[in-house]
Amino acid sequence: MTDKRCTEDEAVATLSDGMTIGIGGWGSRRKPMSVVRAILRSGVTDLSVVTYGGPDVGLLCAAGRVRKLVYGFVSLDSIALEPHFRAARQSGAIPETVELDEGMLQWGLYAATLRLPFLPTRSGLGSDVLAFNPGLRTVRSPYDDAEELVAMPAITLDAAFVHLNRSDARGNASFLGPDLYFDDLFLGAAGAGRRFVSAERIVPTEDLLREGTFHTLRINRSMVDGVIEAPSGAHFTSCEPDYGRDEAFQKEYADAAGDADRWAAFTARYLAGSERDYQDAVRRTAGDRG
Amino acid sequence: MVDLADICAVAIAETFRGDGEIFASGMGTLPMLGARLARATFEPDLLVSDGEAFYVAGDLPIGGTDKTVEGWIPFRSVFDALWGGRRHVVMGASQLDAEGNQNISNIGPWSKPTVQLLGVRGAPGNTANHVTSYWVPNHTARVFVPHVDVVSGLGYRRAAEAGAWVDAHHEIRRVVTNKAVLDFEGPGHRCRLRSVHPGVAVEDVVAATGFELVVPADVPTSRGPTAEEAAALAVLDPQGLRHREVKA
Repeated sequence: MTDKRCTEDEAVATLSDGMTIGIGGWGSRRKPMSVVRAILRSGVTDLSVVTYGGPDVGLLCAAGRVRKLVYGFVSLDSIALEPHFRAARQSGAIPETVELDEGMLQWGLYAATLRLPFLPTRSGLGSDVLAFNPGLRTVRSPYDDAEELVAMPAITLDAAFVHLNRSDARGNASFLGPDLYFDDLFLGAAGAGRRFVSAERIVPTEDLLREGTFHTLRINRSMVDGVIEAPSGAHFTSCEPDYGRDEAFQKEYADAAGDADRWAAFTARYLAGSERDYQDAVRRTAGDRG
Repeated sequence: MVDLADICAVAIAETFRGDGEIFASGMGTLPMLGARLARATFEPDLLVSDGEAFYVAGDLPIGGTDKTVEGWIPFRSVFDALWGGRRHVVMGASQLDAEGNQNISNIGPWSKPTVQLLGVRGAPGNTANHVTSYWVPNHTARVFVPHVDVVSGLGYRRAAEAGAWVDAHHEIRRVVTNKAVLDFEGPGHRCRLRSVHPGVAVEDVVAATGFELVVPADVPTSRGPTAEEAAALAVLDPQGLRHREVKA
């Protein structure tokens, strides 16, 4: 029996500059933020980042780690526009951007999961997604309809990171909130070796169904190479039902954008040390707010 | 005097008239309220969501959490309903043009935007697959432009160019704003003034629109809520959150 437990820093140590990484979750919901913070601590850079974007994008862009961004949107949900992402786009700091329809992104990950070169879709036809991504091609149906469709290419990942509610030490993991999002496809789109699940709690296998039905077991160990115990690991994004989004903290994060001094102060207070230092600083801030 | 937010909620509800048993999906407070209002009154078979991942039965107030779940609609199922055509969405629009092209991606050149917005989100797929309407809470010539900077959602010419299937399934039914209701029933699917809200002059709408609107000889006035709709609005938005989004 393989015990796949590791730390965020050990997981991130498997990355090299220039790799393509997928980050699960959706917007400011159930993001593997402790892993993102570990990437910030590491020196790894020139990343291609594939994501339904939230503060994962903002933090990595603010730190200058993103060479290429593949996304359908970037939003903080309760704050519609991600300020660090906006600043990076508007200053031309992201060398390459691939903006896709949300469904096209799903299809690209699914094609990679199924080891297909592409999957057909109508989403994107007629829109500027095709104009701005000249590498995207169309394909004609071989049947009588002869319809021309977008041939959404597989988005193959070098590494994938998702955050779940529970996992055992081998990588059988459950989501207890309302939506899996596309976490299974992020894991599926990555080759074996760098597929990581962080979880609020690591539990014995026999306890996996204590808090949810079998329907919550959508991630199994064949999809996972490393398991990270990360309590509050999604902070400040939501991780229902363990905790909701830390709206006050998210606002502090967003307000610090666009002002070099305030961002430097935010970085010094929260992002200069270890994950434990981060969580301690968050608790101190919450205490100050009363 | 009829309340402007009520007029807008009713106009959005009207976009769903005749839709039957499909997902009435609203992005934001007024679109969500409009969908629930339609379901509570004249379009009872609609499915509406809690804005997260569940279809809810009964009259769930905006911001309410005491819900009766009748189905599960995680994002993956949203995309299935979307590609299957069992959905009508009311989205926002940062820019809209006379052909019905919509932009929520960015202002300025895509390679280096002057203002980065959300990204195209689901707009290309929505508009290629099913009926779409738009809600614009601030009707100005900055939103209604001659040509959008990025085509996120398809207008009529783009849909026609995307092939016969997309052309047949594409429909921009209405644009509801804080001043008026627009549609694309002008010649060649050009944007047409369908009604003006009470107290708004046709000239005001024309002046706040940065392209040439098709203006019929007689422009009706947008209707206010019926007694049944007013009662439903009181149930569906007891906190009056709609008034925060639409200022009279």
